[in-house]
Amino acid sequence: MTETETDHPLLQVRGLSRRYGDTLAVRSVDFMLRRGEVLGFLGPNGAGKSTTMQMLCGVLAPSAGEVLIDGIDLLEQPREAKRRIGYLPENPPLYRELTVDEYLRYSAALHGLERAAIAPAVARARALCGLDGVQRKLIGTLSKGFQQRVGIAQAILHQPPLVVLDEPTVGLDPIQIREIRDLIKSLGERHGVILSTHILPEVQAVCDRVQIIRRGELIYHAATGELDGSSGNGHLHVALRHPPTADALRRIPGTRSVRALPQAGHFEVDFAGDEVDPATYAESLARLAVESGWGLLELTPRRSSLEDLFVALTTSDEAA
Amino acid sequence: MIATIARREYANLFLSPLAWTLLGVVQIILSWIFMAQIDNFLLLRPQLMQLENQPGVTDIVIAPVFSLAAIILLMVMPLITMRSLAEEKRSGSIQLLLSAPLTLTQLVLGKFGGLLLFVITLASLLMLMPLSLLLGTGLDLGKLASIWLAMILLLGAFSAIGLYLSSLTANSTIAAVGSFGVLLMLWILEWGSDNPVIRYLSMLNHHRSMLEGVFDSADAVYFLLVIFLFLGLTVRQLDSERLPR
Repeated sequence: MTETETDHPLLQVRGLSRRYGDTLAVRSVDFMLRRGEVLGFLGPNGAGKSTTMQMLCGVLAPSAGEVLIDGIDLLEQPREAKRRIGYLPENPPLYRELTVDEYLRYSAALHGLERAAIAPAVARARALCGLDGVQRKLIGTLSKGFQQRVGIAQAILHQPPLVVLDEPTVGLDPIQIREIRDLIKSLGERHGVILSTHILPEVQAVCDRVQIIRRGELIYHAATGELDGSSGNGHLHVALRHPPTADALRRIPGTRSVRALPQAGHFEVDFAGDEVDPATYAESLARLAVESGWGLLELTPRRSSLEDLFVALTTSDEAA
Repeated sequence: MIATIARREYANLFLSPLAWTLLGVVQIILSWIFMAQIDNFLLLRPQLMQLENQPGVTDIVIAPVFSLAAIILLMVMPLITMRSLAEEKRSGSIQLLLSAPLTLTQLVLGKFGGLLLFVITLASLLMLMPLSLLLGTGLDLGKLASIWLAMILLLGAFSAIGLYLSSLTANSTIAAVGSFGVLLMLWILEWGSDNPVIRYLSMLNHHRSMLEGVFDSADAVYFLLVIFLFLGLTVRQLDSERLPR
């Protein structure tokens, strides 16, 4: 890495806002992205994810704020800044009547690649996105999954430092989703990637960091590593054949709360993950269950803490 | 960059059967008119011979054909230009262009360049008919060049107007109807008015005088003004869609 590359983050967003008439779709959003990082951008539909991404890529002009890409101001030097972005909008910007190769060559030329550099760039992107074999097919005849891949190929064609993907796995089957995730992961090794989605496991699977946007405001920001229990709370799901009262469970050292679920004998147990080792805690719970003859049926760690967090954050003060 | 978009736009026109069909239909209709005009000329020839300063075949046959061609193409050009930006907006592919490192001016000039290439193709194909007369007679080639250029300028103006209307909507049919309306309006503007300003605005008025072989730079300037005005409006329109309202 050279001097200049380490000087500033790959992407720096400050006070970014966008107004549609009277509604403020995005309000004063700040965030940054370093090289080699995958940032998950989460939010319910209509929260302002796509608007923010369109502003990052110069498709929409912000009402206020600034976007620096590699230290270059997107608003002042749009052409220089846009050269460093690869963008996949929510609907891949494809021309159905072109073949995959024609389309990729056109995109490469649009992104200012030299004539001699186009063929190798197209071949490289095609190989990365698993498009070899369909290069002569018309885009309109390809399946949704392949079209999505063509869209991604278009975004990484010119090897931009910053890749912005707006819901790249929407409408794909599970196998395709896995392939696209692997592709994004490998992209994250060399490029900075911003990924918007409302599929939570996706974020946990591929992102280094996550931020949640709700009604145009960034309300949460953390590294994905912090989400799995290490944030302080451990969760267990317990099912017992002869359930005791919830108080009996509370006696286990480290327990924070016990919640009886509507299904008889099912409990949600929260414990202090930073005080007791999760394995020790589970073990003591199991021992107690056996000793007291509760008839332990199920004991599962709950990992979908991001989902809890997401639901809590995005619905909490909906009434307010 | 402009050339890249222009080439793509030109090639795209020929990917759908629409451009081919329109080229074919226009060619067939005009060749019928051309033939009728030649018959006319042969009929009139004895009388023409007696005239002192007799008009040539260029004036009697070719100019009227291209005068009619202008009216036919007024109906056809909106169909060619309608998809240019409207379709990109509808399918979302315009985002590819907007996020690419190019200015809106380059984008619009590229789009217009593609249409202009089509217009030149069309005008040149139509020119083949009069040129075939060279087999049997002499032609005023200077006048012919002037007619060709007039056709390109006129259709260029049609294209710029069509491109602007296409930038206003994501529905190509509306773009076509809109630009047909504007073109028709600019044509019939001179009816029932002696106002010199309105007469100046009328498009076919300028085209007619160029067909007569008088290549007045004022007429050429008129067409260039129309082209630049509507290209400028198109850039403005695209820009205003990016800006917050």
